[in-house]
Amino acid sequence: MKVDRRSFLGLGIGAVAGIAVSPMGMKLTDDSSIWTQNWPWTPVPVDGEVTYESSVCSLCPGSCGISIRKIDGRPVKIEGLAEYPVNYGGACLHGIAGLQYLYDPARVKTPLKKNGDKFEEISWDDAIAIIAGKLADIRKSNSPEKLACIVDKEQGSVSGLFKRLLKTFGSPNFYTMPSLESYLELTAEALHGEGQTIAFDLENASFVLSFGAGIIEGWGSPVNCFKANASRKERKAKLYQIEPRLSNTAANADKWIPIKPGTEADLALGICAVILEKKLFDSTATTNFKGGLNKFGALLQKDYTPSKTAEITGVKASDIEKIATLFAKAKMPVAVFGKGRGDGAQSLKELAAVHTLNCLVGNINKKGGAFVQPKFKYLEFADEVMDSIADKGFAKTKTGNYVNQLIEKLNASSQPVVEALFVYNANPCHSLHDPKTIKQAIGKIPFVVNFSSFLDETAMEADIILPSHTFIERLEDVPSSAGLAKSVVGLTKPVIEPVFNTKNPGDAIILIAKALEGNVAQSFEWETYEECLEGMAGEIWDSLSEDGFAIISEEVPSESVPVNISFLANNPATVQAQGDFELTLIPIDNMRLISAGVSVSPFAIKTVSDKVLKGKDIVVDINPLTARGFKDGDYAMLTTPKGTVTVILSMNEGIMPGVIGMVEGLGHTFDNKYVSNKGINVNDLIGPVIESGSGLDAAFGIKAKISKA
Amino acid sequence: MSEIENKAENGSTESAGEGTAGEAKDDKGLGLGVIFFIVAFVACFLSGTLLFPKLLYSKKEQPFNFDHVLHADEAGDCETCHSLREDGSFTGIPKLATCLDCHSEDVLGETEDEATFVEEYVVNEKEVPWHVYSRQPDSVFFSHAAHTEAGGMDCISCHGHIGESTSSRPYEENRITGYSRDIWGKNIFGIKKHSWDRMKMDDCAACHKKETGHQGYCFQCHK
Repeated sequence: MKVDRRSFLGLGIGAVAGIAVSPMGMKLTDDSSIWTQNWPWTPVPVDGEVTYESSVCSLCPGSCGISIRKIDGRPVKIEGLAEYPVNYGGACLHGIAGLQYLYDPARVKTPLKKNGDKFEEISWDDAIAIIAGKLADIRKSNSPEKLACIVDKEQGSVSGLFKRLLKTFGSPNFYTMPSLESYLELTAEALHGEGQTIAFDLENASFVLSFGAGIIEGWGSPVNCFKANASRKERKAKLYQIEPRLSNTAANADKWIPIKPGTEADLALGICAVILEKKLFDSTATTNFKGGLNKFGALLQKDYTPSKTAEITGVKASDIEKIATLFAKAKMPVAVFGKGRGDGAQSLKELAAVHTLNCLVGNINKKGGAFVQPKFKYLEFADEVMDSIADKGFAKTKTGNYVNQLIEKLNASSQPVVEALFVYNANPCHSLHDPKTIKQAIGKIPFVVNFSSFLDETAMEADIILPSHTFIERLEDVPSSAGLAKSVVGLTKPVIEPVFNTKNPGDAIILIAKALEGNVAQSFEWETYEECLEGMAGEIWDSLSEDGFAIISEEVPSESVPVNISFLANNPATVQAQGDFELTLIPIDNMRLISAGVSVSPFAIKTVSDKVLKGKDIVVDINPLTARGFKDGDYAMLTTPKGTVTVILSMNEGIMPGVIGMVEGLGHTFDNKYVSNKGINVNDLIGPVIESGSGLDAAFGIKAKISKA
Repeated sequence: MSEIENKAENGSTESAGEGTAGEAKDDKGLGLGVIFFIVAFVACFLSGTLLFPKLLYSKKEQPFNFDHVLHADEAGDCETCHSLREDGSFTGIPKLATCLDCHSEDVLGETEDEATFVEEYVVNEKEVPWHVYSRQPDSVFFSHAAHTEAGGMDCISCHGHIGESTSSRPYEENRITGYSRDIWGKNIFGIKKHSWDRMKMDDCAACHKKETGHQGYCFQCHK
């Protein structure tokens, strides 16, 4: 027998047949199909026990109750908390994406110290020691007022602790970023006296006259406003929206009244004029007016007649009269201010003029109207221990009334007017106008400490970063503030062990205070922030810790409040946009983006339409009549006195001719591949314009032109 | 005549000649071929049946030995440790916290396994990384409550007599899929004698058909 190729053929066939009859083929087919359906590199959520914990979201001033779903203790999802008396189960896209902030690529993982251009990691003990050392030097030089602090808001225990630290140190230089809350207080102070604030009862109002307030675009407490707006049809309530662009709120309103940008105050005064002229005002309410109602009336009859107002604002004279009549005759009318989200630049003239409408028709402290009441207080701080340095320093005048004035002073002076700066929960180097000058001003301060959770534009300018827990990891009281009709305090609770080497900002301040020794340390006798909060919350601590919130008041305030009209009666000048170009660039607030405090999450930025952000390019709204020679989607050069950028034009008949709308909240430059280097920061193109009389940055926009790219 | 044609002609004559002479050779070749076939068939069949499973599965030892009998005697039933949560989801293998209902940092028994448990896991507050014999692929949704509570089934129907084991057998992991051998079953041909021998989709469907009259729909388990 000879072994030939047929033998080998037999061998081959035998091998194949043997394998085929064995279970190997069947098993491998089965396994490969399972493998392809469960790719091993695809992350699979771990199974485990499901639990829910309730907390409060503090990403924006809205303060919504949230329910966090956890699997075996790991938070996996955020939902709205049904029983929370602000959002009643609703949640916005930023809230539900809140967990992404825990693992954000820009998170500061441990305290950092700047060395040259780079940050190096240091321990908490070293960081606190360095800060205490620098502060002690400032105090020794007898100029404690040279310590300044910028935080996001006035209310709340953490802001309270910063304020306390500054006061006991001897500095009056405590600043808050512009916010709807600050504008409400400012307006109340101008018209009703110090210590007051304003709230709007949108849930019950029958006629809402909104001067650009983005009621469904993040104004006030966003989810609460969504709900109030959603119930409008059922309640047969009306919404008239006054703004230059057909925003979502305008599209949803009963009537959109296009207006030339920056003339909202004039329109409000024009409406006041009609109300006074036609005697549509509430005569009992006007008895509370002081400071020259007659003078005010005379001014209106002279400068704000319907025809003159029509000329200034672009709104027809007949419409002005109609709006005035409808507003004054409505059962529960309310006029609402705060353009867009309400935290951008505003002029006191506009805020006061709009609120005067509420005062004239007598809906102050009435259901469905505007509530004027003292700023709500729920924390009881023990008296500070002051020494002579603290007393002397604290008694000095503030460097400026507002952040923008502080920045201006810093840039104007060759000597550092501030030696050390604390920044918490604020990103002025992105969210204020002309960030370049802000960076320049902060660069002049020899020592900057930032308490940010993220290495954002402002944190990049710091000398020391003391990273804070995110709102998922920390304990904090969260008062409702943004114009909400009822006063609610919620408790943000840690629902996960800190992911990184961070601390509660409250604990960080206590550590700094203790390291400073003397009267400062004596004013901070708590061991931990938790102990401090529990003590300060006093009576409401039980309901805060058990229910997660405490309602301080939900009744319509009953007090009758005086109205001081002198600010408007003195005919303050209207702020004009900077520059000589023909067009006006205005910022637009979009619900899907965040323009203050934290930056937008990777999830939320992915939801932005390509009519706003296309790839990495920003899209601006422009009326086809204004953009003659261009087609929809064309690239163009947009120039303002502050610079030139490339944009994509979106032809939009829903924006007034002569106006260009650019979204706010894009153009971040810090290290976060999901969020940064997308679009342009509109603030880079707008410079501050200071309103004389109030000192506020009231730049509603800036003059601009477009040219071929 | 061209060279090519010549070659072609010669070739065909040669092959024809070989064809006639080759018949006797073929017989021998076929005989050998059959032997080769049989040898190769048997060798491959046996390796596909006996060697292949050994290659396909990697054996992993459990972190330490677990005595079900001992624990079931103490606890009384399966549910003490393997329970349903309030929301109907199944706890599966108990977490350390459940173990600590009875155990503590003081070693209870005298076995080496108990010592390992206490020293490595209880003291360090670390979960025991048990290998789960019965874990289904991630693409499968399975509700224990629907079967044990609503359907009234007992644990043994699917899990067999694991509760009567005194030691933990090695966990066999499929190198391709990463899942337990228990899903396909110990028998590589997929032959089963008991209801718990195999837990493939067909087994679910067969039982559903028998018990409910319908094998069920895709989305009931593959959500």
